[in-house]
Amino acid sequence: MIRRTALAALAALTLALALAAPARAELDIQEVTSPGGITAWLVEDHNIPFTALEIQFRGGTSLDPADKRGAVNLMTALIEEGAGDLDSLGFAEARDALAAGFSFSSGTDSVGVSARFLTENRDQAIDLLRSALVTPRFDDAALERVREQVLSNLRSDAKDPDAIAGQTFNALAFGDHPYGSSGDGTLETVAALTRDDILAAHQGALARDRIYVAVAGDITAAELGPLLDRLLGDLPATGTPLPTRAELLLTGGVTVVDFPTPQASVLFGHVGIAREDPDFFAAFILNEAMGGGRFTARLMSEIREKRGLTYGIGSYLYGLDQAELYLGQFSASSDKVAEAIAVLSAEWARLASDGLTAEELAATKTYLTGSYPLRFNGNGPIASILVGMQMEGLPIDYAVTRNARIEAVTLEDTARVAKRVFLPEALHFVVVGEPSGL
Amino acid sequence: MTGQFAVTAALAFGLALPAAAETVSTFKLENGLDVVVIEDHRAAVAVQMIWYRVGAADEPAGHSGIAHFLEHLMFKGTDTVGPNEFSAIVEAQGGDDNAFTSWDYTAYFQRVAADRLDLMMGLEADRMRNLALLQDDVDTERQVILEERGERTDSSPGALLSEQMRAAQYLNHPYAIPIIGWRHEMEGLSRQDALDFYARFYAPNNATLIIAGDVTPDAALALAEKHYGGIAPSPDLAPRERPQEPPQLAERRMTLTDERVSEPYVFRTYLAPERDPGNQAEAAALTVLAELLGGNGQTSVLPQALQFESQIAVYTAAFYDGTSIDDGTFGVYVVPAPGVCLETAEAEMDRVIAEFLVEGPDPAALDRIRTQIRANEIYARDDVESLAYDYGEGLSIGLTPADIEGWDAALSAVTEADIMAAAAKVFDRKNAVTGWLTRPDTATEVAE
Repeated sequence: MIRRTALAALAALTLALALAAPARAELDIQEVTSPGGITAWLVEDHNIPFTALEIQFRGGTSLDPADKRGAVNLMTALIEEGAGDLDSLGFAEARDALAAGFSFSSGTDSVGVSARFLTENRDQAIDLLRSALVTPRFDDAALERVREQVLSNLRSDAKDPDAIAGQTFNALAFGDHPYGSSGDGTLETVAALTRDDILAAHQGALARDRIYVAVAGDITAAELGPLLDRLLGDLPATGTPLPTRAELLLTGGVTVVDFPTPQASVLFGHVGIAREDPDFFAAFILNEAMGGGRFTARLMSEIREKRGLTYGIGSYLYGLDQAELYLGQFSASSDKVAEAIAVLSAEWARLASDGLTAEELAATKTYLTGSYPLRFNGNGPIASILVGMQMEGLPIDYAVTRNARIEAVTLEDTARVAKRVFLPEALHFVVVGEPSGL
Repeated sequence: MTGQFAVTAALAFGLALPAAAETVSTFKLENGLDVVVIEDHRAAVAVQMIWYRVGAADEPAGHSGIAHFLEHLMFKGTDTVGPNEFSAIVEAQGGDDNAFTSWDYTAYFQRVAADRLDLMMGLEADRMRNLALLQDDVDTERQVILEERGERTDSSPGALLSEQMRAAQYLNHPYAIPIIGWRHEMEGLSRQDALDFYARFYAPNNATLIIAGDVTPDAALALAEKHYGGIAPSPDLAPRERPQEPPQLAERRMTLTDERVSEPYVFRTYLAPERDPGNQAEAAALTVLAELLGGNGQTSVLPQALQFESQIAVYTAAFYDGTSIDDGTFGVYVVPAPGVCLETAEAEMDRVIAEFLVEGPDPAALDRIRTQIRANEIYARDDVESLAYDYGEGLSIGLTPADIEGWDAALSAVTEADIMAAAAKVFDRKNAVTGWLTRPDTATEVAE
């Protein structure tokens, strides 16, 4: 199946119809604090007899010591490979017999847990999840088997143009800081990891001093409190200290990594803007107008629609805990990359000098404010959004005030912030492929 | 209990309406348009999907990719809506829209606040019959689909192998042809090709309209009548009778060698029957068979044998999708561990399948799958768009609403005997294509 990516044109926006607030209903976000002091955000919805649970532990793969790179990633992959008195197979059978779903993921700044479970066997599902989080076994057989899968992924990444572009860019941007290398580790570091390293990564990454929880579905606040303590109360109180601020080493230019492919993969970017910066919302609107994945954004219009140089192009403000980037990516045939980069650079300079038009600002605001409520379409998405809000330090009423903050941005704000955010001289392009004319 | 409620925030949208999710109603307009309404009043959101009963397997010979190319061009304007204005209007409503093409259908959708359905349905009905294409837009968009092919297929040795294997799997049926198209034919697709295809296949009596979300059946039906009811049906739609497969008498094998390959693997597909109206028991058995063999990375037969009991493989999988008009495929896949050659990996894969054919499924594993089938009926209610997709896809391939509603029951009813009968039939090497993906430096090492 093939999905069309974005499409766009700016001409047609005179239609910009006034967007009334979507039909009113109530979404109540409750803050629940367990007897043991663990806090969660909860949206009760008793229509369907299941619950979605999202947990994030701040830190993630950036907690790895340099010579143990990949430890948190491998540890996370091993959480579901046996716990308590269950080995890997026994754990999976127990989970499936409950029809519960657990997934564990590691990222640059966090380790994430997603779970869903039926109301009818909620207690058993929580006990099983608790055993995975608190008493994982990390059996040698599982360690060796999953290590081989991670090594296989690393070998694949070494031949994947997108992965090569990402690693090259990160190394240029952050050097020796953990952000400068893959959190999956290297063939050498992963091969050398011991069970003790995995145990240390577990104790350091899954601790109560860095935990964020969101829950949506068929559970009451009174039921959730004690459940939080049972699930998470026996984790260590404190974990590995978080990484320090990352210095951005990136300078403007083009880096070509030679790779045999008819279509080059391009990653580009420069410094971004912090989430708590007063100009963040203006920058957020500017990016949506420039590189939003939808069909009326400038990059899609200029590079795909008018010139047919790519299938899809987008950019985004990438806020890490210890650094801010403004990134984007696209692919283009070898003979089209140079033109696409030239057009992109010109658009970057044009937005910095001329800002947005009033029509563009109005249309972008209408899209952003109108589409926001559509995201809250189910227990799973709601829990995921709420845990993300907590990770970003946003207040519990953020979802109510967010659209007003977007509406408050003026044309003058965007003109001023465009000069601050769009830095054509600072753009660095990593091109993986065999581009001509670069 | 202390400190349970610290803050409560009331939002201007959301989930707390105490209405039952998932009530499905079906209608047919006089002009032949099928209408399905799926109610979910938990949030003030609605989705419109229009599914045309035409896809890549309905293309004229020599014009591969035209169904998908037309899908792109459907955003290039009508007599009254300018090029690319469709998406701009949707976005001005805070909505998202997109489209997708398969061998058997082409579908378009928008997600919007529920009170914008009227506008969306007017736009979608307009482009069912009034498409207007400028030559320049067609020429530029052709470059876009060629870039799409470059990104999805030509840049990926695995995608290229799958494309070659599919071409070998079907001796006569157009499922052999990639949806995106063969590059040399895509380069020649013209504006007139697109308009001819459009005029022939885009009509109310060749489509299913799905409205899902915060809308009542009466309101949705009234809007459907208002916007689509006046569109004349196409008088000469032929039945969808594609060239069928002859008996397949010889196994096919191929090796694709590419320096971009990192992890060599062996991939086998078998021709497999699909879901038929009123008869989806065998497809249900094959679905459960795929789950038992390789649907679960820890408990299934292939990973247990090749990743747990031995360390032949780092990854294994089995899969089957029977939601198609004509015969589909059942696939098995093994990525060997370092130092294990593809010949050994394939032999071990075949050993495991042969043993399964003798020993049959573990009853406990079958019980767990049945439990999960029941649970998925609950989890599925949280995702009305997925349900809309099931109806759109099912009706587009000729299934009835009863077939679609009955699919979970068909899965639950599968017995061990059903599974063994389906397995004995599907695992016939004469119907199979085996592909090896290799690196240049391993090609000699693994050659037979």
